[in-house]
Amino acid sequence: MSTARHNLISAPGVPTHDVEAVNDAKRRELYKKREPIYPKLVHGKFRFAKWMFMALALGAYYFIPFLRWDRGLSAPDQAVLVDFEGRRFYFFFIEIWPQEIYYISGLLIMAALLLFLVSALFGRVWCGYACPQTVWTDLFIAIERLFEGDRNKRIKLDRAKWSFNKAWRKIGKHSVWLVIAAATGGAWILYFHDAFDTLSHFFTGGSPISAYLFFGILTFTTYMLAGTMREQVCIYMCPWPRIQAAMTDRDALNVAYRVDRGEPRGAHKKGESWDARGDCIDCKACVVACPMGIDIREGSQLECIQCALCIDACDDIMKKVDRPTGLISYDTDINIDRRREGLKPIYRFLRPRVLVYAISLAIAGSIMVFGLTTRASLDVNATRDRNPNFVQLSDGSVRNGYTLKIINRTHEDREYTIRIDGPEGLEWRILGQEETRGLIVDVPAERTQDFRIFLTVPREAITVTNQSVLFTVSPEGSEETRTAETVFLSGGSQ
Amino acid sequence: MSEKHIDQETGTETTGHEWDGIRELDNPLPRWWLWIFYACIAWSVVYWVLMPAWPAPPGMQGFTEGVIGNSERVNVAEDMNALQSSRSDHFAQLQAAGSYDAIEADPALFRFALAAGQSNFANFCATCHGAGAQGFTGYPNLNDDVWLWGGSFDDIRTTLQYGIRSDHAETRYSQMPAFGADGLLSREEIRNVRDYVLSLSGGTGFDAAALNAGAEIFASQCVSCHGDQGQGDRTQGAPNLTDAIWLYGGSPEQVENTIWRGPFGVMPAWEGRLNDPTITALATYVYSLGGGEAETAPEGAAGE
Repeated sequence: MSTARHNLISAPGVPTHDVEAVNDAKRRELYKKREPIYPKLVHGKFRFAKWMFMALALGAYYFIPFLRWDRGLSAPDQAVLVDFEGRRFYFFFIEIWPQEIYYISGLLIMAALLLFLVSALFGRVWCGYACPQTVWTDLFIAIERLFEGDRNKRIKLDRAKWSFNKAWRKIGKHSVWLVIAAATGGAWILYFHDAFDTLSHFFTGGSPISAYLFFGILTFTTYMLAGTMREQVCIYMCPWPRIQAAMTDRDALNVAYRVDRGEPRGAHKKGESWDARGDCIDCKACVVACPMGIDIREGSQLECIQCALCIDACDDIMKKVDRPTGLISYDTDINIDRRREGLKPIYRFLRPRVLVYAISLAIAGSIMVFGLTTRASLDVNATRDRNPNFVQLSDGSVRNGYTLKIINRTHEDREYTIRIDGPEGLEWRILGQEETRGLIVDVPAERTQDFRIFLTVPREAITVTNQSVLFTVSPEGSEETRTAETVFLSGGSQ
Repeated sequence: MSEKHIDQETGTETTGHEWDGIRELDNPLPRWWLWIFYACIAWSVVYWVLMPAWPAPPGMQGFTEGVIGNSERVNVAEDMNALQSSRSDHFAQLQAAGSYDAIEADPALFRFALAAGQSNFANFCATCHGAGAQGFTGYPNLNDDVWLWGGSFDDIRTTLQYGIRSDHAETRYSQMPAFGADGLLSREEIRNVRDYVLSLSGGTGFDAAALNAGAEIFASQCVSCHGDQGQGDRTQGAPNLTDAIWLYGGSPEQVENTIWRGPFGVMPAWEGRLNDPTITALATYVYSLGGGEAETAPEGAAGE
């Protein structure tokens, strides 16, 4: 059976690949053991774009921790840093404090909306080009190819008995995989502590245990996910393929096989006419190129990450048989149907969902930009004591205690003047503060400082149980002010 | 299992049980799940060897100890010791500091004293004085500016150390007679004194004759401790009767009852139960609640 197939030719110079898509939805069973996929190397514009994007993405990932950004002496100078120890997140000019975690939420919301928008327009380009799983798997497959050769050699090697040749290729491949995985984990930890400092201590055992732990976790997951699990991550572990069905529609661009042009498919003999038959010569070049192990000719499938490698594979063949390229190409569902009916393709990019995503993204982005540009270098918060609510003093006056929090986000120590507006005859006292300094307090650079403030109101001024108090705080030599409103409680007039 | 039950629809074996015509397919477990399950079993065996796991005869402490000798009791003790020793510097500083000003001058030490004080207050003091030190009837509010035995840092510390009417030899001690219960004064006389006392802090509307009678009794029975103006005496823990604060309540009934029974409020001595620096931390905390007084009031100066 197989010997007969080996001799099959799809077209002059184009052998048929003896293969069935391993993840073909029609053949796949629920409890089937994973069948290995041996993606064949393709050449073409999408493969080139993917190489470029991989270089860019990996380059950015490994390089960004070493970028510097001057923030003055009191703050780290790493451009992108998640500083858990100092409880700060630095991203170039953006600096986020724990109290401002909503900025992180904002970033995540924007990322999600961007993903929706791009999915609505171009389908799963995230999956096909930018997802770390795709990028690292692509890299790992390239390493595999380097040691074991292209598809056919790899299949042969896997079937062969153990030998020195097989051993060194396998060991070499796994070693390089592990080195890359380790470099991935190693770069990850550079985002959480000064990169140069981490590098100088990491290899001598001087980094904190968490650094080694996350290095280990990331090394392990990179090796497992990109090396051995690959397409299973996308098919079984990732929720996005399921969600994306709701994010795209019949107008979104998808990698698609042009049924109208391709069918009926079949081998093409030399000199035979192309009339009354499709352009697909059933060589299965698209199937062997697919890293997900599917047959794109079955239509759009959950497993398809739309990496466009089948486009390159098919275009290559079409050139060989002298047919127009684009039998597999980015296309929309609606146009596939229209062509079948002999209608002209239409492209509608301005659709309600696209507009909704774009407008939501613009709104979220504007709010973020507004928030970040008007972000105060000072924040004030007043909390009144609740237990006891108020204290009756011996002369009949009433005292309330407050904790005034002043957040100094600047990189220098600052003096702040506090003004207190409240009931008449109000007297104040700041715990632990010399009386001669009055209402001027110090807050060190980048710190949140609590001040215990006691306000006492004489018996005569107590008219109602609840009187408003306003703390106004302004830094020395600046017109910036921040206020905190609270109340003065008492048992009422006496 | 005598025979295999095969589901016609799916060709899968069933468990063989039937509930109202419903049979359960005996699908295989997912392989990844199964492998994790086996790994857990293997790990549990490793765990038994490494960690305390099984009951054992009393000769072996009652349980298998595990080869790495882990003991949570020892770990907790070590953690506690590590915690204590990490605080020991601050406690030593507190011990050395002695005065409130010295503690306050060092912001780090001050913060530590407040935190340690607050935590110990919650443990030992809040039962009577309340979580916010707001006090209850019969238990003084420590936020206000009334201090029966003095409100300076040293006074507060002394009170904490020796207690009030406690069993400590150095305790602060005084006793108000139970004028009614012990038959020293009649109900009528007590009511007159009550009216007089309430008038001292601005109470009005009392019968003039009663006030005069009350003033006479006050002069003969009360001034020795509470002072001729009712201003109180801190050396004896006698409260000022002219202010707005009433430890045992300021309503006529409460004041009358207080005179009748003669209160005998007790605070335990903490010396011996808490170490010196902890008492200092507590004193710092209580002092900083808002009512702490700058200096020790000179003796006998309470009636100014």
